Amino acid sequence: MRIKSALAAAAIVAMAAACGSGGGGGDAAEPAKSGGEPVKLNFLSLAWQKESVAANKEIVEAWNKANPNIQVTYVQGSWDNVNDQLVTSFEGGDAPDVIHDDSPALSGFASRGYLLDLKDKLPAELKSDIPQSAWDTVTFDDGKGNQGVYGVPFLQESQVIIANKKLLDAAKVRVPTADAPWTWDEFAEVSKKLTKGETFGVAWPMKSPVNKTLNLALNFNGTFFQTGADGKTTVKVGPEEKQVLQRIHDQLYKDKSADPSALGMGTADPLPGFFAGKYALLPVGVYLRQQVVEQAPDGFEWVTLPPLKGETTNQGAVSQTLSVSADSKHPDESIKFMSFFLNGPNQAKLAKGDWLLPTSQKAAADPSMTTKENGWDIATASAKDLVVAPFLKVNGFDEWKSKVATPTLQQYFANKISLDDAAKQLVEEGNKVLERYSR
Amino acid sequence: MKQIPKYAALLAYMIFLVFPLVWLVSTAFKTPQEMANLNPSWIPREPTLSNFEAAFTEQDLVGAGVRSLIVALCSAVLTVVVALPAAYAIARHRSLVSKIAVGWVLVSQVFPFILIIIPLFMVLRNLDLVSTLPGLIIVHVTFTLPFALWMLQGYVRAVPPELEEAASVDGAGRVRSIVSVVAPLLAPGVVATLLFSFISSWNEFLFALVVLKDPDVMTLPLTLVRFTGPEGVSRLGPLAAASVVATIPSLIFFAIIQRRLRSGLMAGAVKG
Repeated sequence: MRIKSALAAAAIVAMAAACGSGGGGGDAAEPAKSGGEPVKLNFLSLAWQKESVAANKEIVEAWNKANPNIQVTYVQGSWDNVNDQLVTSFEGGDAPDVIHDDSPALSGFASRGYLLDLKDKLPAELKSDIPQSAWDTVTFDDGKGNQGVYGVPFLQESQVIIANKKLLDAAKVRVPTADAPWTWDEFAEVSKKLTKGETFGVAWPMKSPVNKTLNLALNFNGTFFQTGADGKTTVKVGPEEKQVLQRIHDQLYKDKSADPSALGMGTADPLPGFFAGKYALLPVGVYLRQQVVEQAPDGFEWVTLPPLKGETTNQGAVSQTLSVSADSKHPDESIKFMSFFLNGPNQAKLAKGDWLLPTSQKAAADPSMTTKENGWDIATASAKDLVVAPFLKVNGFDEWKSKVATPTLQQYFANKISLDDAAKQLVEEGNKVLERYSR
Repeated sequence: MKQIPKYAALLAYMIFLVFPLVWLVSTAFKTPQEMANLNPSWIPREPTLSNFEAAFTEQDLVGAGVRSLIVALCSAVLTVVVALPAAYAIARHRSLVSKIAVGWVLVSQVFPFILIIIPLFMVLRNLDLVSTLPGLIIVHVTFTLPFALWMLQGYVRAVPPELEEAASVDGAGRVRSIVSVVAPLLAPGVVATLLFSFISSWNEFLFALVVLKDPDVMTLPLTLVRFTGPEGVSRLGPLAAASVVATIPSLIFFAIIQRRLRSGLMAGAVKG
């Protein structure tokens, strides 16, 4: 999907350039209306879960009620097509004022001048409520060598482990806590212990293996990319990067504690097997807890376990973001609305609705984010381990991911090539791709 | 006995075609727990209407359905109204112009739609047609027209010119022979073109996504996609229920119009 979108976006931009459309239509910004008609803002939201949509609408309603002079129209979009929709809107000069997206998409939009640089425009309270590690996920080059802040990061995802409690109790293994998580070695041992009869200790759904393995590789300081003194970024697969790959492969073929038939599955696909006791542990994103709560059969007991520890518990992260279109006629009002929308209490509502982690420290301290119910305490505590994903700022990452990394990792996890061959492919083929983007 | 393999192949093909629809209907009536069962069943064990309730309460399915119907019907009728005379002219008056026109129709199908979205969007914006149903209807007509033209000129060619000549010998003028002789024989072609245009417009997503910005003018495909999230994760129950509902108007349209979709009208027309 991402490559399709990227190709589509490239095609659209090329065509727009050929048409001499320029960017954004060039409408001069009008000042906010001081009296008479209220300022009207369009807010494109990508919320899709029932609770999340309700939370979005509730916050927008509260804003509209309190600010009769700045009225916001809530427009529900879709994650699958948002970037095609946005590129067209940006080029056509008709983009929404406030835009919900994710940080990987912002990089390209920022360098093409589609988004407003928010660096010196955000209120201090909002700035200080969100940690620098989250701001790093929205700080990009503007295409002219300047670094800008092109969105406000508000929701993040960490990788936790969802476990079948009965199987865990029966195996009499140590239940990890946020302060004392399982190490990868311990995780391998526990998975072996949980593998009995028809039950596999773990299922690794690897239909889209790249982001998951790259984010987890930070446990062993594996970054997969390095930037030389000449500013050129190249692919790097050394001992640090190989750790997580090797450990997952060992579970599949050496320990036989992971089910190879789960490899082709998408993130949510192992849930039926998990509920039926076929898999004891699922390493997944925190948001999957929502599907577990909704779909688990009556009486099924499950727990959320904290992220694994290698040399560190660090994980790579990207963020969901709100940005302001560079062509918005009401940038100041848009920023005011955004600051209200993403204050602590509202972020807690949004995070709860999407089962993700808020970047706001005030929101993270909200009782609803620290309750033991549905593993919120473990999930929220895992936010401290999130650092900016190293691939986020690599030009050409999307193409490397779809053309090189995904097929290579799938071949490796299917045991068709060795780790050294996989590393060689990732580096040699990958550098050819990145080379084109550095010209 | 010789017919058995033929019927077996036909049955297999029918099952292949019907399977997704039956599964969709089955899913629409299942609880989330049943959808996550490792041993799925065709018939829901505990049928529920909660997915339909969620689909109707969370999204404006009825409004979106009415808008889709307006767009699809108008697009289909307009396409046929524009394509039919053009197809007749191309089929009957063979000249360099008609050859170029047919060539251009074919060439226009080669361009990926995505390439022309921005210029198209700008044209609509200049005409104040962004976020309006007439704007979307014009776009749909524009994009179904070439294929409709191609289809219809095939049907016109299949009507032997001798029939028009015979009508002319009997004293009918050109208009009279077209209305009384050619038009009735083209009915199956017109119906097929209407169906094609209606379904193309009813299902169309990408242009609607780009053209319609206002939440109050969204069509059904744009409403259905709101039940899906990132990375292929979706709210399967409400999505299936909404999709079942979205299928009903097009099935009704098919049922009404397919009776006129028959062949063999011209069998034996020019014998002797």
